[in-house]
Amino acid sequence: MRELFLLANIAGRMVALRSDEVESVVDIADVRPVPRAAPQVRGLAALRSRVVTVIDTGMALGEPATDAQRRAVVTQFDGHHYALLVDGLNDVSEFDALPLPSGSTFGPRWVGVANGVIDRDGELVLILDLAAVLARITGEAREVA
Amino acid sequence: MDDLLQEFIAETRETLEALSGEIIAWEAAPDDRGRLDSIFRFVHTVKGSCGFLDLPRLLRLSHAAEDVLSDVRDGKRRPDRELVNAVLAVVDRIGELVEAIDAGTPLDDGGEGMLIAALRAGSDRVAAAQSATPGTPLRPAQRSVRLNVDLLDRMMSGMSEMVLARNDLARRLRETDLNPRLEAALERLSGTVAEMRDAVTRTRMMKIETLFSALPRMVRDTAASLGKSVSLTLDGSDVELDREMIEVMRDPLLHIVRNAIDHGIETPAERRAAGKREKGRLHIGARQSGNQIVVEVFDDGRGIDTERLVRKLIETEQRSEAELRQLSEAERCGLVFEPGLSSRDHVTDFSGRGVGMDVVKSAIDQIGGRVTLDNSPGVGLRITVQVPLTLSIISTIGIEAAGHRFAIPRQAIGEIVSGSGDNIRIDMVGDALVAAVRDRRMPIVDLGGLIGVADGIAKPHMLVVVEIGAGTYGLVVDQVLDTEELVVKPAAPPVMAAGIYAGQTLPDNGCPMLLLDCTAIAQVAGLRFATALQAEDEDTQGSEPGIPALMFRDLDGARRVLPLSVIDRIDRVDVSALRMSAGQLRLSMADRVLPAEAIGDYADLDEVAVLRLTDGAHELAYVIADAIDIVSLHDMLVPADVPGPIAGVLMLDGELVEQVDPLWLFNRHIDVPEPDGGRPVCLVDDSPSGWMAVFLRPMLEQAGYQVTARLGAGESASIVLIDADKPVAPGAPVVRLRTSRREEHDGTVYRYDREGLLRAVRAAAGGTA
Repeated sequence: MRELFLLANIAGRMVALRSDEVESVVDIADVRPVPRAAPQVRGLAALRSRVVTVIDTGMALGEPATDAQRRAVVTQFDGHHYALLVDGLNDVSEFDALPLPSGSTFGPRWVGVANGVIDRDGELVLILDLAAVLARITGEAREVA
Repeated sequence: MDDLLQEFIAETRETLEALSGEIIAWEAAPDDRGRLDSIFRFVHTVKGSCGFLDLPRLLRLSHAAEDVLSDVRDGKRRPDRELVNAVLAVVDRIGELVEAIDAGTPLDDGGEGMLIAALRAGSDRVAAAQSATPGTPLRPAQRSVRLNVDLLDRMMSGMSEMVLARNDLARRLRETDLNPRLEAALERLSGTVAEMRDAVTRTRMMKIETLFSALPRMVRDTAASLGKSVSLTLDGSDVELDREMIEVMRDPLLHIVRNAIDHGIETPAERRAAGKREKGRLHIGARQSGNQIVVEVFDDGRGIDTERLVRKLIETEQRSEAELRQLSEAERCGLVFEPGLSSRDHVTDFSGRGVGMDVVKSAIDQIGGRVTLDNSPGVGLRITVQVPLTLSIISTIGIEAAGHRFAIPRQAIGEIVSGSGDNIRIDMVGDALVAAVRDRRMPIVDLGGLIGVADGIAKPHMLVVVEIGAGTYGLVVDQVLDTEELVVKPAAPPVMAAGIYAGQTLPDNGCPMLLLDCTAIAQVAGLRFATALQAEDEDTQGSEPGIPALMFRDLDGARRVLPLSVIDRIDRVDVSALRMSAGQLRLSMADRVLPAEAIGDYADLDEVAVLRLTDGAHELAYVIADAIDIVSLHDMLVPADVPGPIAGVLMLDGELVEQVDPLWLFNRHIDVPEPDGGRPVCLVDDSPSGWMAVFLRPMLEQAGYQVTARLGAGESASIVLIDADKPVAPGAPVVRLRTSRREEHDGTVYRYDREGLLRAVRAAAGGTA
């Protein structure tokens, strides 16, 4: 079945995001840091009279922290709004969602946050499960605090 | 029913609830004129309305009560227990009648004559009168609230959105150029929004006081009928709760309190046997913590006997033994919530029927709350009920620390003090910071340090005195900004995981801000408070007398204590009387020289105070800056790790103070040889040069000898020092000194060989040094 996917660059890699998981794409200007929170939590930002929690997605996936991201994908999870920072956005297209190939050699950080792949002109692109990414951050954040 | 009557009923109901609390309080303090007046006023008002509304029975009752109270006011009668019981009975009856009128049911008027007679006589006919009247039918629920709750819900969330929208509008308008008319219109909108918000809030929120007001009476009656003695304290009556929550919590709270008195608190005899005070303590406190309301019920009774619970469950075959034995202690406590359980062997009137605690738990669970138990067998039990605060507009005060802005709920703040004022002092006691604000001492938390910028406390700073349920502490911040009403929503889990936030909000300026959770901050900072029960100590009868001690300010600025029994007197002396000599500090007094001890510097002082310490045989001086007060030490000393001038630390009025160790001081100083008497005499025979007297005297004196060139009458020498080439006189042992360095092997000692000389002297004198 064909679904609409948003192709984004996160942590130097291209990933696919299910469009129904994405509320909007924005540029985040002002981020207020949250002291004592895990480092993946960049801070809080105001978006259309709402407070969103800004997450360094790359860091959540095991890459080192980068400063310069401004573009973010806004998603909702469990009643809260999050802005997941991305390096950049590529495309929005329809693809068939395929199951993860068995015996795949993705890094340990990607296991558990990808729930499928799409075939983009012969290239396999991981479908990122935003809920899983957030769940991981929350779990890690609790350990840190 | 007509409007006037309706109004009378509503008014009377409200006043009645508050009144029983007042009456109990009045009984405890009968000379409190204020309370007597307010009780009188109530009765008087009821009487007035009754006449007007043609309610003859109410009129009779209230008139009788008014007469009695008037007599008390005029001093013709004394408010003893019988009279209070009689007044309470009449007030109760008034309540019953009012309910009956509201419900439209007729009520038997038997017994009323007796009530009135009891008032007049003040006798124990009251007991009979009370049992004659039937139990009060439960007040019919407020039907109007039940009908409109959903509508109120919509109103409330609509208001929250309106506040947000108004803030958004204000922000955008500020970005453009505001012309005065636009500004005025915005102001008007803001004002209206604020008013609306207040009104809607008021329709939903009620002070928890309405729950608490029935408690003093209920505790008194329950305790009396169970033969227990209980003192009740209430805290946090001002905490506001959604009306619906209050209704849901009413019965559970009553049941928990009844349980505490029935099962928890022991009889006075049992308590005496257990070494507790006869009067049991029951403390109920309410507070707001982030987006929850926390109600705690504390009793210092016997706690939960988990063993008994387990056995009971095994007996009634509700759970298997194997299963029960596997549970942790905390889980076993939780067994009280099992349905059909009675932890007593017989059923009492009030509780123990076993339907209580499980119903309590499910009621609280249903509204999204939680019940937790903190059990100390033999010591007491704390039951904590948490319910969500459905309303999220909170009055806050903005603060800044380490470059970050936060909001603190206004309700948690006692006062705000400037850090640079004279009435505030911050001391380091042990390794904790303690502040003294006027006469109150409290631990402090450096917020900047807590959030990761550990630069020490910057100057200038402000101290926010925070009052959480468990105690009070000071929060050091850089600046206090403004007060704002904010819509606070729960923050996302990764943010909440930081552990010190209660929620997030978007204030007027558009920058997201976090609301601090003051209780969590105290926990994270490692503050420990004595529980409310332990901190309270109103009656000093039966408490052990503490050790009297002198509290003083020491030379290094610290406050310390010394037991009074060691102190002979206090003198003020000039600093010049203190002198270091031969490695020992000495104090010169008119008639003698005393060894002295000082912790700290006195160089830039002119005058110091000196505590003359004595152990009966010896004296020693302890130098201080100033004596402060005589205090009583009750607490146990926490001993210091290493022996030294400080014995340890203890708590005094909530402050950690060090106690000076007189034992150590005396032990150290008694070794110092006294300037006169008791030392062996060393005769130096070295005329005419007098070399020995000059060169050897200091060394010999330090070694404990008294050096003399000539023996007085009756004096005998323990040892004689003589030049090698002089003839030796018989008598005392002799040490001969030679002038040449070269070893001669003739038993002489080289005159400059200090150690050799001392050794020889000791050996010769038979080791009497």
